[in-house]
Amino acid sequence: MNDFDSIPDWIAAACLLVGAFLCLTAGLGVLRFPDVLSRMHAGTKPQVMGVLLIMIGGAIRLTGWSATWMLLLVAAFQLITAPVNAHMVSRIAYRRRHVRRDLLVVDELVDAQRGAELRAGQEGMSGDQPADAPEHTRAEDDGRRPSPRDLDDALPD
Amino acid sequence: MSGALRFRHQLPVLTWLVLVWILLWGTWSWANLLSGILVAVLVTNVLPLPAVIGGARVHPLPLLVLAFWFIKDLVVSSAQVAWQAIRPSGMQQGAIVAVQLRTDSDLLLTLIAEALTLVPGSIVLDLDRPRRTLGVHLLHVDDDEDVQRQKAGVLTMEDRVVRAFGTKEDIARLDQEIPVEDLAPGSDGPEVRR
Amino acid sequence: MTVYAFALYTMLGVGAVLAVVRLALGPSLLDRVVATDTLLVIITAGLAVYAALQRDPTIVPVLVVVSLLAFVGSVAVARYVGGMLMRSPADDGEESGLAPPGVTRTGEETS
Repeated sequence: MNDFDSIPDWIAAACLLVGAFLCLTAGLGVLRFPDVLSRMHAGTKPQVMGVLLIMIGGAIRLTGWSATWMLLLVAAFQLITAPVNAHMVSRIAYRRRHVRRDLLVVDELVDAQRGAELRAGQEGMSGDQPADAPEHTRAEDDGRRPSPRDLDDALPD
Repeated sequence: MSGALRFRHQLPVLTWLVLVWILLWGTWSWANLLSGILVAVLVTNVLPLPAVIGGARVHPLPLLVLAFWFIKDLVVSSAQVAWQAIRPSGMQQGAIVAVQLRTDSDLLLTLIAEALTLVPGSIVLDLDRPRRTLGVHLLHVDDDEDVQRQKAGVLTMEDRVVRAFGTKEDIARLDQEIPVEDLAPGSDGPEVRR
Repeated sequence: MTVYAFALYTMLGVGAVLAVVRLALGPSLLDRVVATDTLLVIITAGLAVYAALQRDPTIVPVLVVVSLLAFVGSVAVARYVGGMLMRSPADDGEESGLAPPGVTRTGEETS
């Protein structure tokens, strides 16, 4: 069963250990980081490396079976799909303003987008913060969305 | 589009699908190859993809350089992100930066965005195609100086990807010193002719 | 050797539990998408570790399915959330091509 007795086996064992550790940090990061974007970093990234290492370790252990190639295929799928996934989720997170602005040193996108939005006749960044942001950092209600009632008031009779 | 041209555009996809098919079966045999080609042709005809305009050349030596730096980046920043997840103080401050790239090819921009998102510590949020500007979220920055350094890192990544996959014109664009201006607060960014 | 296997499974298990906690806490839909994705990838890793330790290739095809399902699942939810964004008039759906006619994302007039 657990017959780690050759050098490739020990390499595989090291790969598995580091990979499992990176998976642990992925879980930790997803829990501890403060907003969706940084959770995205934690969730996607150590994963890529961790899963890659685990698949390599598994492929070394399973040499000779046809499953080896399938493991490497899983690793390749991971490399291809992880960025797409991360990009789609984080783009929507940004558009929906699930961003803790108090944690950003600089946000160079906001100016470009604000200009475009204002010119499109829409509101600027409303700057609402995720529900788990500390109370004092939450933006004031200055970016209130227009409610149906506001629109009714604005219409002539 | 003529049949031959369409076939040329489909060829990389076909090859990839056949390869995946054979790897999934796990063993090499002529039956697998033939059934793989059949399935691949079926898939590409039932679910056609838009043709990639421009195409890419593969330069072997720069590709090796890219692979080396990519793996190094992957290892180093995986360790950094893992450390930030573990250490008691946790994550402190990030940044969202806009970086103007020099490349003007859909395929290369996609590759650059993929590579940047794969490397831990940066996620591409937004791609402003007409202005060739990437919006990148950086997980950890120390100060403004660090922001500039990481923005330079994005451009270095662009450089390596373009040198590995770009056409001659794309590579020439790198050296042309097209001014890379930041989107200053309040401005609408540099005007770029379409 | 038993200690080694125990350490591996513990790390993966704790990682999975932490992701589940984030899944339960939320607070937003996107947090849960990220947590689910992480959870599924950790499960994939766990199955691969089992296959590697036991030298048992029977569950490897399951890995392919799980890893692809994780991707399809989170992209589907992301697109669903994006669709909600598109339909809500007060939010900006402009990146989905819903900007008023004649105005592009950069605010320049289309010709």
